[in-house]
Amino acid sequence: MLTLADHILDITENSVRAGAKLIEISIDEDSRNDLLTIEIKDNGHGMSRDVLQKVLDPFYTTKTVRRVGLGLPLLKDAAERSGGTFLLESQENSGTTVKAIFGLRHLDRQPLGDIQNTIIILIISNSEVDFFYKHRHNDRRFGIDTREIRKEIEDIPINHPEIIKYIRGVIEEGLREIEPEA
Amino acid sequence: MAKLTIDDLKKIKEKVHKEMSLRDGDRRVNVTVHMGTCGIASGAKEVMDTLLEEIEAAGVHDVVATTSGCMGLCSREPLVTVEALNQDPIKYEYVNPNKMRQIFKKHVLAGEIQTPFVLAKGSETIK
Repeated sequence: MLTLADHILDITENSVRAGAKLIEISIDEDSRNDLLTIEIKDNGHGMSRDVLQKVLDPFYTTKTVRRVGLGLPLLKDAAERSGGTFLLESQENSGTTVKAIFGLRHLDRQPLGDIQNTIIILIISNSEVDFFYKHRHNDRRFGIDTREIRKEIEDIPINHPEIIKYIRGVIEEGLREIEPEA
Repeated sequence: MAKLTIDDLKKIKEKVHKEMSLRDGDRRVNVTVHMGTCGIASGAKEVMDTLLEEIEAAGVHDVVATTSGCMGLCSREPLVTVEALNQDPIKYEYVNPNKMRQIFKKHVLAGEIQTPFVLAKGSETIK
């Protein structure tokens, strides 16, 4: 993984496979405390205590097509490499929260990367799932919630090209306003 | 540029509704970009970005882009499956943005399979 956006794209697939209906992705850039926090919270079926202890092992996976599962271990490593920490919380039948904290200005922190297209790809390819993307840069905030968009567009699918163009525009404006430094 | 608001969304809704009644929204081709950890790490996101740009530039409405997870052939990623209506799916291996553009223009739009990039024909079976 070259960028943090790649990690987000990857980890979110876990949430989708866990049957999540709502996935909240929040990015928090706190320059005063030199911290960058990425949190991915879903309402999928969660994991048992037993599984929770195994998921950070690169040789644990629920898939049968290969013998490794690198998504979470790679994100944990990326956070720790930048002097940060990694937290994983899960409750069976209620959901999972993945939280990675990075040193914002640490030399080894991966760049945030193309977060705009990452969110777009997530929405396009999981049109039955709702996404709430929140991004804070110190005192400036931006958020987009597909539940609100869905309410307005009624029977038009959320991944219709015109709707995606609108979402792309909203994210572009939001990011321009908060001027992310990551 | 003026700020995008919910009102803009309402206008889009009306416009799309008018267009929808004019044509049937048949899916002619399904293009799947495999996006597991392995795919993303080897550049599947750039491939997907390119695919979405090409679809928008071509203005086609019967091509659907989607993603899937890892199918166990991590060493050949990025993988892209093109499935045209009533035809066997074609899997392309080691795809990059340039190959994606060629696959889109030649295979998706014109129906010519790009043999040099093909990994296999057919669907994968999951044990």
